[in-house]
Amino acid sequence: MIDILRSEWTKLRSVRSTVWTLAATAVMMIGFGALLSAAVKNTADGPVELANALMASLSGAMFASLSIAALGVLVISGEYRTGGIRTSFMAVPRRLHLLAGKAVVFTVTSLVVCTLAAAGALAAGLAITQPAGLTPGEVVRSAVGAGLYLTACGLFGLALGTLVRHTPGALVAAIALIMVLPALVRQLPGQWGRTVAEHFTTNAGQLVMAGGGGGSSLSPWAGFGVYLAWIAVTAVAAGVLMRRRDA
Amino acid sequence: MTAIRATNLSKRYGPTVAVAELSFDVEPGRVTGFLGPNGAGKSTTMRMILGLDRPSGGAVLVDGRPYHELRHPLRKVGALLDAKAVHGGRSARDHLLAIAQSNGLPASRVEQVLETVGLREVARRRVGGFSLGMAQRLGIAAALLGDPEILLFDEPVNGLDPDGILWIRTLMRELAAEGRAVFVSSHLMSEMAQTADHLIVIGKGRLIADTGVDEFIARSSQGYVRVRSPRLAEVADLIGTGERHPDHLRVTAMSTLEIGTLTARAGIPLEELTHVRPSLEAAYMELTKDSLEYTS
Repeated sequence: MIDILRSEWTKLRSVRSTVWTLAATAVMMIGFGALLSAAVKNTADGPVELANALMASLSGAMFASLSIAALGVLVISGEYRTGGIRTSFMAVPRRLHLLAGKAVVFTVTSLVVCTLAAAGALAAGLAITQPAGLTPGEVVRSAVGAGLYLTACGLFGLALGTLVRHTPGALVAAIALIMVLPALVRQLPGQWGRTVAEHFTTNAGQLVMAGGGGGSSLSPWAGFGVYLAWIAVTAVAAGVLMRRRDA
Repeated sequence: MTAIRATNLSKRYGPTVAVAELSFDVEPGRVTGFLGPNGAGKSTTMRMILGLDRPSGGAVLVDGRPYHELRHPLRKVGALLDAKAVHGGRSARDHLLAIAQSNGLPASRVEQVLETVGLREVARRRVGGFSLGMAQRLGIAAALLGDPEILLFDEPVNGLDPDGILWIRTLMRELAAEGRAVFVSSHLMSEMAQTADHLIVIGKGRLIADTGVDEFIARSSQGYVRVRSPRLAEVADLIGTGERHPDHLRVTAMSTLEIGTLTARAGIPLEELTHVRPSLEAAYMELTKDSLEYTS
């Protein structure tokens, strides 16, 4: 397995799309965070509330989640597009090992970059808003939460890319499931609709960033668990098909 | 040990039969040509050997085992399927390094194979900008990484210039001379005539011939002796066999020596006495004419 991890790391670091999507993720996190923090500060009468300040700092996650998901998609769809997947399968005929290797390397890389980007966004945003009652624990928790959430979005992209096998289709699926549908299901009527909306992909997943509140019945970690379950189901379906399909 | 053994190997795509009950062996120490018209099922067979496509029936073993059971497959089998199937954004060196690492091969092997195929100067360039010839060399470098005993090449000379063709031909001969099994597909008989020791010919997914190159020619349509002479009628009477044509005589029952001896004894001058061998190309066309997927 260590051989596969080394190989996948070489693949990940040696293409430009990795650098671009990771840079885009960091820029959006820090840029939007600073921008929205400035807006919040300017419109606030007195001191900014801590929860609002944290939320403003991490507001870039909405778009950053898409760029990191795009990287997740490309990690596998890039191989299908070029036909390089055959070379990969020839080298590692146990296809699930290959997929696991990609997932591990992606997860580690994304966790590091996204957590640092979130920390940068928090540093910039909180420096602007200067909220009252700031504790280091709260900041660290938010940064780690954002890193986890964004990485989960990337893994969602990886699973969808494996399932769909071509870049545009997988990107559309990722945007729909991460951004569009979560907003739409919030319009469902009644208690039943509310429950569905709360458990729908990123509606549940992003609770891990917000640190409670927000009016959801799910706790941050329960919400993140629900999101991981969505990803796991997609990944299992993708893995089963990857094993069975001709390359 | 037999390098590759296919037993009743079959592949269907819905109602279409791509490969039907194909059985053959590929032996080490020689170049085995895998020959058939376009669409005969060569690439499908190669993908099944490499565990990329799942057979609908039968089995194919590499060194006695299914491909996916090989622990470090690239140390056993090297293959070039589609030279352009690489991520264009990666450098040649990184492309090979990722492949080497996946099979626990040292980075020094990358430098060695880059040297072997003559790509060391361009190792840092992105492979998207490579010409087909360079991409082909890169694909061969990848196949050689694990120093494998078994090599598969799918239509390796397609689209190459004469230099590249000669290089690949020589390389395949050398690899076989080192005791490796070389299995190379082509739809061009003339190409195989130059490289292969043994032929496996398929058409419409079925085995047509599994034979040495020489037997392949011998087995197919007979050669004949063409005789031309200003006194052709006398020659015909003298040897008492052959098919009369306006300007020559076509003889299948006698050799050039026999005819020459008879006419010399009778003092009849000859303009031409030639043994016309059937070309490998002609033999191939004759064998596969019933199995062409697309006839023009």
